[in-house]
Amino acid sequence: MDDTALWIVSLLASTVRLATPLVLASLAGFYSERAGVVDIGLEGKMLTGAFAAAATAAVTGSPWAGLAAAIAASLLLALVHGFACITHRGDQVVAGVAINTIAAGLTAVLANAWFDLGGRTPSLDGGQRFLGLHFPLAEAVRGVPLLGRFYGEVIGGQNLLVYLAVLAVPATSWVAYRTRFGLRLRAVGENPAAVDTAGISVPWLRYRAVLITGLLCGVAGAYLSIAQGAGFQENMTAGKGYLALAALILGKWRPYPTLAGCLLFAATDALQARLQGVALPVVGAVPVQIIEVLPYILTVLLLAGFVGKSIPPKAAGQAYVKDR
Amino acid sequence: MSQTVPLSVPPQPGPWAVELVGIDKRFGPVHANKAVSLRIRAGSIHGLVGENGAGKSTLMSILYGFYQADEGQILVNGAEVRIREPKDAIALGIGMVHQHFMLVEEFTVLENLMLGAEGGALLKDGIRKARAEVERLEKAYRLDVPLDAKVADLNVGIQQRVEILKALYRGAQVLILDEPTAVLSPPEVQDLFRILDALRAQGRTILMITHKLKEIMAITDAVSVLRQGAVVASFHTQDTNEAALAEAMVGRRANPAVRRPGAPAGAPLLTVEDLSIFDERGVERLKRATFRVRAGEIVGVAGVAGNGQSELLEALSGMTPFQRGRVHVNGRDVTPESPMDPAQARRQGIAHVPEDRLRRAVVKPFPAFQNALLGYQDDPAMADGPRLNWKRVAAATARLMEDWDVRPRQPSLRTSLFSGGNQQKLVLGREMERDPNVLLVGQPTRGVDIGAIEFIHRRLLAMRDAGKAILLVSAELEEIMALSDRILVMCDGAITGELAAEDATEGLIGRLMAGITDDMEHGSRADAAGGAA
Ligand SMILES: Nc1ncnc2c1ncn2[C@@H]1O[C@H](COP(=O)(O)OP(=O)(O)OP(=O)(O)O)[C@@H](O)[C@H]1O
Ligand SMILES: [Mg+2]
Repeated sequence: MDDTALWIVSLLASTVRLATPLVLASLAGFYSERAGVVDIGLEGKMLTGAFAAAATAAVTGSPWAGLAAAIAASLLLALVHGFACITHRGDQVVAGVAINTIAAGLTAVLANAWFDLGGRTPSLDGGQRFLGLHFPLAEAVRGVPLLGRFYGEVIGGQNLLVYLAVLAVPATSWVAYRTRFGLRLRAVGENPAAVDTAGISVPWLRYRAVLITGLLCGVAGAYLSIAQGAGFQENMTAGKGYLALAALILGKWRPYPTLAGCLLFAATDALQARLQGVALPVVGAVPVQIIEVLPYILTVLLLAGFVGKSIPPKAAGQAYVKDR
Repeated sequence: MSQTVPLSVPPQPGPWAVELVGIDKRFGPVHANKAVSLRIRAGSIHGLVGENGAGKSTLMSILYGFYQADEGQILVNGAEVRIREPKDAIALGIGMVHQHFMLVEEFTVLENLMLGAEGGALLKDGIRKARAEVERLEKAYRLDVPLDAKVADLNVGIQQRVEILKALYRGAQVLILDEPTAVLSPPEVQDLFRILDALRAQGRTILMITHKLKEIMAITDAVSVLRQGAVVASFHTQDTNEAALAEAMVGRRANPAVRRPGAPAGAPLLTVEDLSIFDERGVERLKRATFRVRAGEIVGVAGVAGNGQSELLEALSGMTPFQRGRVHVNGRDVTPESPMDPAQARRQGIAHVPEDRLRRAVVKPFPAFQNALLGYQDDPAMADGPRLNWKRVAAATARLMEDWDVRPRQPSLRTSLFSGGNQQKLVLGREMERDPNVLLVGQPTRGVDIGAIEFIHRRLLAMRDAGKAILLVSAELEEIMALSDRILVMCDGAITGELAAEDATEGLIGRLMAGITDDMEHGSRADAAGGAA
C-alpha cells in the first residue's frame, strides 16, 4: 500500500518535471501559431537555448547568466524565422526545418570546439544550476501519509523554472483573451487582411508573437540543461519540440487544453521510464521502441477518436500578401 | 456621349468632404487609374459606376490607404493629406466596407468591432465602453446586430451591417462601400438604403460603388462614371437617367438581352424527385424538392438567399450528399445510396458555376490559365500522356479570354488580381465552353457590369436555344424573369411555387418568396404547364 503511494508520488513528481519543457515550448508555439506563423522550429530554438545556457553557466558560474544567454540565443533564431517568413514571406515550414537543422549541427560543433568533451558541456555543480526550492514545512508534514510527500515532492521541491512554466499557462490565457495584444494576435492568425484594414501592422504584430515564442523556447532550453539536467548533451531535446507541437494540436491551440496535452505526454513518458525492462503480465517485457512511440500513437488516437477535429488558425502557414 | 469634367458646380452649397486630384495608379502593365479627379460633397451620397476592371475598387482602396497612388493628391475637408496606410485613413475619419468583407469569422461581432479600436491595453474597460457606444449607434441607425454572435454564423446581410458598424465605431465621417448590394437580397438592399439615408441625414458622406443603375438613381445625389481607369462623366443624379449612365459606362447604347420564347422544350434532362438535405444538426435545409429541367429551357430558382437554393445547387453538382430522394440526369440515377461526386457529375455532362466563385470556383493564387482548366484537368486534349501541356492550356485560355472578354487578357496573371467581374467571366467561360448538357448556374452576374450582364445573358439564352437544360439560381428577380421559361420559388428550403414565365409577376414571386402560398391557382396551373412530377 505504502509502496504504491510512494510510486504514485514519484510518478507525479516526475510527470511535472517532464511536462515543464513541453509546457514552455507548446506555449511558445501557441503565440507564433495563433499569429499565423507555423513554427516547426521550436525544437531547434530549445536546443540552442539549452546549449547557450549550459555553456554560459559553465563559464560564468551563474544560472541566471545561463538563462539570459539561452533566451538571447533563442530570440536570435526567432528573429531569423521572422525575417524569413514575415519580412520575406518564405515558407514557414521550410524555415522551421532549416532552424532545426542548423541548431542540431551548430550546438554539437560549438560544444566540441569550445569544451572538447565529445559534444557535451562541462557538468555543472549545484551553484551553476536552478535547484529545487524547499517549501516551508515540507519536512514537518513529510510524515503525513500521501499528502505530506505530495506536498514536499510534487507541489514543492521543484526548481524555479517549473513554477515559471506553471504560471505561464494562466498568463498566456490572460494575454490571449483579456488583452488588446491577444485580440490582435488571434485576429492576425485568422484573417490578416482584417487586421491590416483595421489599421494595424501585420508584420509588427507577427514579429512580436514570434519573439515571445523565442523567449519561451529559450527558457525551455535552459530548463533542460541547467535546471533538470546538469549540462548540455548533443541533441538533448530529443523531439520535445515536436511533442510540444503535438500537444498544441491536441489542445486545439488553446492554453489550458494544451497544458492537459503536455501533462498527458509527460505522464506517458514518466510511465515509460518506469516500464522499461519491466516484464508486464501477459505480454512480457515491452520493447523500448514501442514504449517510446507511445506519446505519438496517443496523439493520433486522441485526435482521431476523442478530441474531435482540431482546426488550426485559418491563416497559419500563409505569408500575408496584400490582396483583395 | 457627354464628356463632362468632374463636378465643378456644387449641387447644393456645402464644402467638399473628399477631393481626389489626378490620381494615377499602375499595376505593372495595367493602368488601373488614369489621372482621376473626383470631388465628393460633404453630406452626400456619391455613386461610382463603371465596367468590371474600370478601376473603381483600386481608386477607393487608394483613398483608404490600402494601396498607394503613384501620383496625385488627396484632400479631406479641403486640406491636403497623405494616406499611407489604412491607419491614416481611419484617423482622418474615412471608413471602408470592402467588396469582400474583412471580418474575423471566428470572432464575435463585438470582438470584430473592437479590433484596432480596443480603447486600452486591457479589453475589460474597452468592452463595456464599446457595448454602450455600439448600442447607441445601433439605435441611431437601426443597425441591429447580435453583438455576441460569432460572425461565421451570421448571413451576409448582417455581416455587412457589422462592417458598417465597424466603420462608424471608428468614427467614420466618410464611408466607402464597394458593391454593397452585390450579395444582398432585395429586402436587405432596402434595409441598407434606409441606413445610408439615415447616415446622410446625420451629415456623413458616402461613396458607393455599384453595378446597378437603379440603385444609383434611387439613392445617390451625384454619380461619376469610370471607364478604363479614367473618369469619363460626372452627373447630378437628378439630371441623368439609367440609359445615359449605361451609355457613359460602355461607350455605346445599352441593349439588354431579352428572352424570346424558344422552341418548345424537349425531353427532361434533369429530373429531381423528393430531394432532401439535412445539415449536421439534422435540420432539413432542402425539403423534398421535385421538378424537371427539359432540353431547351431555362428554369429559374428565385428566393431570398439562404432558403435552400445553395443546397439545391450543391446537391445537384455532387458537392454535398443528399439524404433523401432521387436525381435522374443523362440516363444516370443518383440516390443517397449511389451518390455522384463532382468529377462524375462533370463526366455526366453537368457543368456547375457555383454561387461563391472565390471559395468554390477558383484557387485565388493560381494564374488564370490554371483556373481555366480546373475541374477539367483530365482532358486529354490538354495533356501529352500524363503530363499537362501548359502551353496548350495557356493558348486555350487566351482564346477563352478573347471569347468571353476577360480583361486584362493575361492568362498568366494571378487570378486574385482580376476584378470580380472578370473572374466571373473566366469561370462561366470555363464551364460553358465544355458544351455540357445540363448547366447549373448560381448568381451568374453577381458583381458583373451591365455590359457583361448583357453578354452573359445572351450566352445563356444561346445555350438554351442549342437544346441544353439550364437551372439558374439568382437573387436578382429581374434576371430570373428576363431569362427563365419557368420559375421555381423557394422559401425555407421548400419549393413554394412554380410559375410559367407568362404568369410570373414580381408581386406573385415576392409573395411566394415570403412563403405565402394561398394563391395556389397560379401555382398549380404552372405546375401542369411545366410538367413537374
Ligand atoms: N494588386 C493588383 N495587381 C495587379 N493588377 C491589379 C491589382 N488590383 C487590380 N488590378 C487590375 O486593375 C484593374 C482595375 O481593377 P479594379 O479592381 O479597380 O476594378 P473594378 O472597377 O473594381 O472592377 P469590378 O467591378 O469588377 O470590381 C483591373 O484590370 C485589375 O485586374
Ligand atoms: Mg471592384
